[in-house]
Amino acid sequence: MDSERLRDAGKSLLNNLKMSIPILLGVLLLVGLVNTAVPRAFFTRIFTGSLLLDPFIGAIFGGVAAGNPLTSYVIGGELLKNGISLVAVLAFIVSWVTVGTVQLPAESLMLGRRFALLRNAVSFLMAVLLALATVATLEIV
Amino acid sequence: MIRKLGGGVLFLLVVVILYLVLAVLDFETAQAGFTAFLRLLAGILPVLGIVFSLIFVSNLLLDSRTLVRYLGREAGKRGWLIAVVAGVLSAGPIYLWFPLLSDLQEKGMRPALIAVFLYNRAVKIPLLPVMILYFGLKTVVILTLYMVLFSLLNGYIVEHILQARSKT
Repeated sequence: MDSERLRDAGKSLLNNLKMSIPILLGVLLLVGLVNTAVPRAFFTRIFTGSLLLDPFIGAIFGGVAAGNPLTSYVIGGELLKNGISLVAVLAFIVSWVTVGTVQLPAESLMLGRRFALLRNAVSFLMAVLLALATVATLEIV
Repeated sequence: MIRKLGGGVLFLLVVVILYLVLAVLDFETAQAGFTAFLRLLAGILPVLGIVFSLIFVSNLLLDSRTLVRYLGREAGKRGWLIAVVAGVLSAGPIYLWFPLLSDLQEKGMRPALIAVFLYNRAVKIPLLPVMILYFGLKTVVILTLYMVLFSLLNGYIVEHILQARSKT
């Protein structure tokens, strides 16, 4: 292996580390805070019972929440048991993994502000549409 | 001074200040948040190691021309397929992959495929059994198929709007 290439690759990795580490630490600190400050029970109180509004509420809070997707499934299961509509719950769990409000500053810094804002906005709308499409398909098949 | 620090350090500084303010107002929550942070950090270290190893290997083996052939505009359907499969298979939190994607973006990876990769991280194969337990097999199969389909749509829309805006 060419030693110059190795050195270049190492230098490039070092630059990437210098840029990424502070951002990753910041995101982890924020995620830790959100996970602590927002108790699971909170999510069962935010829905209105409206079939039209609840998917959007689900997508908003799914996008703001952070953490392991497993947590979103557990909360989703609890929400279903509490009579929240499947559309709202699916919008919530899809938005949880596709929209990242907490990590938006990190995404903006590393991938560009316009890309990050646009990707999250499109993913938010898609969480609602995906939930609607899934429930509609479930009713057909 | 701010420019010298760089956006990342500034961001970290803002979060640290937020913690300090919270510690003054509600020490217990700040402490619990910091404990959660340490737990998260310990959990992601192995994946972080993999991501930075991948960055090193991609720097070593992939030049811009090769990358553009597989993940650039000339990649065609193969590029979309690579982004879907890589997104589904990638592990760990989404933000761990930003450094690698930023690196690939600089080398010429198209925005649509970055968006597709990120969207497909919603498909969590190891967690599918748990998901089935809560929502049922039929729901999970349909939802997963739609996630992959919507990821392609997501990538297409994001890139289309970005291009349209850069033209105006």
